[in-house]
Amino acid sequence: MTGPGAELLSARGIAVWFPVGSAVTARLRHRPRLLRAVDGVDLDLARGEALALVGESGSGKSTLALALAGLRPVNRGSITYDGRPLPTRRSRADRRRIQIVFQDPYSSLNPRLTVGGMLRELIAVHKVVPPREQAAFAAELLRLVGLGEDALRAYPRQFSGGQRQRVALARALALRPEVLVADEPVSALDVSVQATILNLLADLRRELGPSLLLISHNLAVVRHLCDRTAVMYLGRIVEVGPTERLFTSPAHPYTRGLLAAIPRLAPAGGQEPGGTAGPAVAGDMPSALSVPSGCRFRTRCPHARERCAAEDPALASAPGEPGHLAACHFAFEGIAAGAP
Amino acid sequence: MSREGAGTDGAGGIRGGAGTGPGGAAPGAAAPGGPVLQLRDLKVRIATRRGLVRAVDGVSLEVARGEAVGLVGESGSGKSMTLRAILGVLPPEARVTAGQILLDGADLVPLSQADLNRIRGRKISMIFQEPMSALNPVMRVGHQIAEGPRVHLGYSRSKAAERALDLMRRVGIPDPERRYRAYPHEFSGGMRQRVMIAIALSCDPEVILCDEPTTALDVTIQDQILRLLARLCRESGVSLVFVTHDLPVVAQLCQRVAVMYGGQIAEWGDVRDVLLDPRHPYTLGLVRSAPDVDEVRESLVAIPGSPPSLVSPPPGCRFHPRCAFAEEDCRAEPPPPLRELPGGRRTACLHHERCEDVLATERSPR
Ligand SMILES: Nc1ncnc2c1ncn2[C@@H]1O[C@H](COP(=O)(O)OP(=O)(O)OP(=O)(O)O)[C@@H](O)[C@H]1O
Ligand SMILES: Nc1ncnc2c1ncn2[C@@H]1O[C@H](COP(=O)(O)OP(=O)(O)O)[C@@H](O)[C@H]1O
Ligand code: SF4
Ligand SMILES: [Mg+2]
Ligand SMILES: [Mg+2]
Repeated sequence: MTGPGAELLSARGIAVWFPVGSAVTARLRHRPRLLRAVDGVDLDLARGEALALVGESGSGKSTLALALAGLRPVNRGSITYDGRPLPTRRSRADRRRIQIVFQDPYSSLNPRLTVGGMLRELIAVHKVVPPREQAAFAAELLRLVGLGEDALRAYPRQFSGGQRQRVALARALALRPEVLVADEPVSALDVSVQATILNLLADLRRELGPSLLLISHNLAVVRHLCDRTAVMYLGRIVEVGPTERLFTSPAHPYTRGLLAAIPRLAPAGGQEPGGTAGPAVAGDMPSALSVPSGCRFRTRCPHARERCAAEDPALASAPGEPGHLAACHFAFEGIAAGAP
Repeated sequence: MSREGAGTDGAGGIRGGAGTGPGGAAPGAAAPGGPVLQLRDLKVRIATRRGLVRAVDGVSLEVARGEAVGLVGESGSGKSMTLRAILGVLPPEARVTAGQILLDGADLVPLSQADLNRIRGRKISMIFQEPMSALNPVMRVGHQIAEGPRVHLGYSRSKAAERALDLMRRVGIPDPERRYRAYPHEFSGGMRQRVMIAIALSCDPEVILCDEPTTALDVTIQDQILRLLARLCRESGVSLVFVTHDLPVVAQLCQRVAVMYGGQIAEWGDVRDVLLDPRHPYTLGLVRSAPDVDEVRESLVAIPGSPPSLVSPPPGCRFHPRCAFAEEDCRAEPPPPLRELPGGRRTACLHHERCEDVLATERSPR
C-alpha cells in the first residue's frame, strides 16, 4: 500500500450480516434472510494516514466503521491491529485505541453531565493521566478543540451544533486514540460551521498525529482532508487509491458516476444552470437483501456486459499502480476510459 | 443566457402586472415573460416568549415563468418562513405584517383562508426535505397523486387515475401501473421525492416551492432529482423557488439566486455573478468556507461568530458583527437597503467593492 507508514489497522474479508424478518418467517425458510451490510471487505489503515470512506447511504460505511472499532461483531473475516489479531471481545486498552465521533452531536452526548464531568469521568475510568493532573488535562483538551475553560461547567444543550461537535471531538481525544474514526462529522452543520470543524480536524492531525478514518458523502470534504479514498458500494469496496489519483483518474464506473454527480459552483464545460444532460448514474442502489449476481454495480452500470452478470470482479490493482485498485472487469482496460 | 424575464430585473419592471385584480389572476394574465411570482418587502413576525422574532424582514424578489430561483443562507435565516408565507401555511403564532406576495400580479396577502385553499396545491405547491412526513403512510401513492386533480380540477375517479399514471411516468417512476398501488414505505428516498414532485405537479401549478428537497438524498439521487426539476421547468414552464444550504446545487439548477441573512436579502442576481463573483461579504464567506471538489485549498475560511438574533438584531447592517469590511456607517440605522448594481444584481453591502479586492488578490497567481 502507498500509505505514509506501516499498516496499523487491517481488515481481511470482513462481512457483517443482519438477519431480517420475523422469527416465524425465518423458521419457515429454515434460515433467516440476511442483509449483507458489509460483504467481504479488505482495508488497511496506515499509521498517521487519513483514509476516506465514501459511498451511497446504505452502502455499509457506518457498519464497517463500527466493526473496525470493535463496536459490532463481524460474521466473517479478521481484524488485526499492529500485526496482532483483535479478538471479538476487545480489551479496554484496545477499545481505547480506536475512538469514534458520530454525525449527530446532539444525541451522542449525555445531556445530564457537564462537559467537565464527562471528561473527568472518562479520564478516571481509563486512567489516562494521574488523578491530580485530571483537571489540567480536561482544560487542555478543550483548548485543543477551541473551546474556553468555562465550557467545563456547561451542559451539552447549552452549545450550538458546531460547539457540540467540538465537545464530541474532545471526548474522543481524551483517550489519546491512535485511530480516530469520524462518521459524517460535519453533515449536520451549517457550511460556515463545517469549515471550523474541518480545519480543527486537520490541525488535530498535525498536532497529535492519529490515523483518521473519515466517513463522508461529501467528496469535496474528502478531497480536502484525506490521503487515500475508498469507495463503497453495496457492502464492498469497489475502488481505493490515493485521493488525488482517484479524483483525477477514477477507474470504476461507479466512482466516475459519483464524481460526475457532484454539483459544481462553476458547472463543467460552462453548462447552463438547469442544462439538459442526463443523470450521472441512473436508478437506485439495489437492496442489500438481494445483491445482484456477478458485479454488484451492473444494474446501474452503463458498461455492463454478459460477463458482468456471471463473474464477480475482484479488487485488482492498476498496472504499475499497486496502490490504486478497482473491482470492475474492465477498470483498467480503457473500456470505460472513453466514457464521460 | 436566454431568460425571458431578464428585462424586468430592475425596479422599473416590478410594476409589470400589478394592475390585475385578484379576480383576474388567470394564468397568463401577467405580461408574457413577466414575473409569475413577486415578493415585495415581505415581513413575517413570530410572537414568542423571547419577544417578536423578525423571521422575514423585508424580502423582495421575483420569479419569471419557467425560472428556478435559489434561496440560500444559514440555518435560521428565514428561508422556510418565506416559503411558508408564500404558500399561506405559517405557524399559528406567525403573521405576515407587511408587504405583498404577488402571483400573476394579484396580491395573496389579503386573501381569506378559503381563497388561499383554492390556490394552495393548485397554483402553488410545495415539496419538502422529508417526503415521508408529507405523504400519507396508509394511502396508496397513486391515490395521493390523483387526489389534487379530483379536489381542485373536478376530475372523475378514472380520469384522475389516468392523470396520476401519466405524472408518475413524467417524473420517472418505473413501472407506474404496479407502483400506483404501492404505499410510500415501499419506495426509496429518491422515489418518494419523485412521488412528492408528481403530487406537486398534479394540478399544473405555476410555482413549486422546494424546501431542501435533495438535502437528505445521496449525491447520485440528488443529481437525478435536480435534472428532473430542470426538465420540468423547461418543458412545462413551471417556476421554482428552491431553498438550500448548498451553493453548488443552486449553481446547477437555478438561473437567479437570493442570499438571505438574518431575515433579509443580502445579495440577489444571476447565479453565476453572485456565486462566482460575490458582491456581499456574507456570500463571499459562504463561498470560501466550503471545500471545493475541483480545487484543493490550504485551509477553509470560516465565517467568524454566529447568526444574529432575530428578536433584537444588530443595528444597521445585520452582518456587521461578523464582517471584516465593517466600518462606522455599517452600524448606523436604518439597515442599508439593497442597491442596484450593473447587470440587474443587487447587494445590501455598503462596501461591496472590497469583495472585488479580496477576489482579485486571491485569484492572482502566487
Ligand atoms: N414556530 C416558530 N416559533 C418561533 N420562532 C420560529 C418558529 N419557526 C421558525 N422560527 C424562527 O424564525 C427564524 C427563521 O426560521 P426558518 O425556519 O425560516 O429558517 P431557515 O432559513 O429555513 O433555516 P434552516 O436552514 O435551519 O431550515 C429562525 O430564527 C427561527 O428560529
Ligand atoms: N442494526 C442493523 N440492523 C439491520 N440492518 C442494519 C443495521 N445497521 C445497518 N443496517 C443495514 O446495513 C446496510 C448498511 O448500513 P450502513 O452501514 O448504516 O450504511 P452507510 O453508513 O453506508 O449509510 C443498510 O442496508 C442498513 O439498512
Ligand atoms: S464489472 Fe461490468 S457491470 Fe461491473 S462495473 Fe465493470 S463494466 Fe460495470
Ligand atoms: Mg452511515
Ligand atoms: Mg428551513
